[in-house]
Amino acid sequence: MGLPVLKSLGARGSTLAAPSAQRDALRRLPMIDFDKALGDASLPSLRPSGLSVLQVNVGKMCNQTCRHCHVDAGPDRREVMTRQTMEHCLALIEQAKISTVDITGGAPELNPHFRWFVEECRDRGAHVIDRCNLTIMETRSHHDLPTFFADHDVEVVCSLPHYRATHTDRQRGAGVYEKSIRGLRRLNEVGYGQGDPKRRLVLVSNPAGAFMPGSQASLEREWKRELLRNHDVRFDSLFTITNMPISRYLEWLIETDNLESYMKKLVGAFNPLAVSGVMCKEMVSVGWDGRVFDCDFNQMLEMEARALGAGGETMTIASFDVETFLAREIATDRHCFGCTAGSGSSCGGTTT
Amino acid sequence: MADETYYAPEDLGKFGQIGENAPELAKKFFDWYGAVFEDGALSAREKSLIALAVSHAVQCPYCIDAYSKDALEKGADLDQMTEAVHVSAAIRGGAALVHGVQMRNHATKLSM
Repeated sequence: MGLPVLKSLGARGSTLAAPSAQRDALRRLPMIDFDKALGDASLPSLRPSGLSVLQVNVGKMCNQTCRHCHVDAGPDRREVMTRQTMEHCLALIEQAKISTVDITGGAPELNPHFRWFVEECRDRGAHVIDRCNLTIMETRSHHDLPTFFADHDVEVVCSLPHYRATHTDRQRGAGVYEKSIRGLRRLNEVGYGQGDPKRRLVLVSNPAGAFMPGSQASLEREWKRELLRNHDVRFDSLFTITNMPISRYLEWLIETDNLESYMKKLVGAFNPLAVSGVMCKEMVSVGWDGRVFDCDFNQMLEMEARALGAGGETMTIASFDVETFLAREIATDRHCFGCTAGSGSSCGGTTT
Repeated sequence: MADETYYAPEDLGKFGQIGENAPELAKKFFDWYGAVFEDGALSAREKSLIALAVSHAVQCPYCIDAYSKDALEKGADLDQMTEAVHVSAAIRGGAALVHGVQMRNHATKLSM
């Protein structure tokens, strides 16, 4: 049976392309609000604890159209960050002494200024993470990416939902698994995935369905053993990430009548200990157009970071003020249960 | 009532109620149960696949429900889960068939 070829929600004219429709779909469910869950656990509203990570979404264009994508990325998306906005990001690295720049997309490498931006970040002493879909390295203009990554000590964080083809291709598209394995081999060839902190290769596994990820440590052992046994592929760490009930994953949950039970599962697994480790407390997320958010998920729901106070002004990277940003309250809604369920979830894997 | 059945999916979530009249025994059972499924000489995924196969052998709908989900969470995929069910079926089928030797013993003894 062939796998369906997807387009973005917008290209299909889906009502769920609007972030407000996505939030409404969650609001209609008979479930507790996130802030109430915090209160019931005697926890205060979320406030930032610092600013060490700059996550930059450099555009929504992607060569893939994954079933679970929270960005609704795809080849039909045209939103791309300009070099000027990247320059504002570089200014923030210097101003706030940002230690880690986490570059994401779409496929970030499709941004025409991607390599320049990586070089500039490295020149400023920041550790750079590239969230790579692996298949981009199969395209002619990006074939040399492994060498580029190695030359600039970029940490490569790659999506591979499963160490076998079935679930990987169901989530990411037909043939993606084979291409991903080829990409991983090429990263291994230039020294990635073998314990060198300057050639760090991380795999990310999102569940291919309406279930939560299992133990990250246990899955990492399985992934390492099986990828080595079957493909002679090595990597350093596995991050497990809980799927967020937004965008195309939300669409899938609704279509398959899994939404209510999935949210019930996340709420039932609410872990107060995971709240202290949520990534939004230590990061700023910048959108392709320079708007500022608490995290990449809030960014996709267009829930902008707002200054504390009656005005609740939104912020842009062009006029970013660290003090104002650190004094804010973090915007939350029902999707936030995705980061606090079970062992906790973040762009860096589990949080407890 | 027309929609009454012996098995109700929501009863799976009430498993803990079994401890209400024998809490000490239930605690011993659930502690041991939890320990059984931890990573050990076998991985948590392998144990979950064994549990899935046994669920089919004992034909427990609660267990099939629970371990279909659990096996996915533990990193198994549908190919592996299907093979596990075949293992269960093979043992059940083989168990029936191997008793055919008894049949043959009896039949041979009784026949001319």
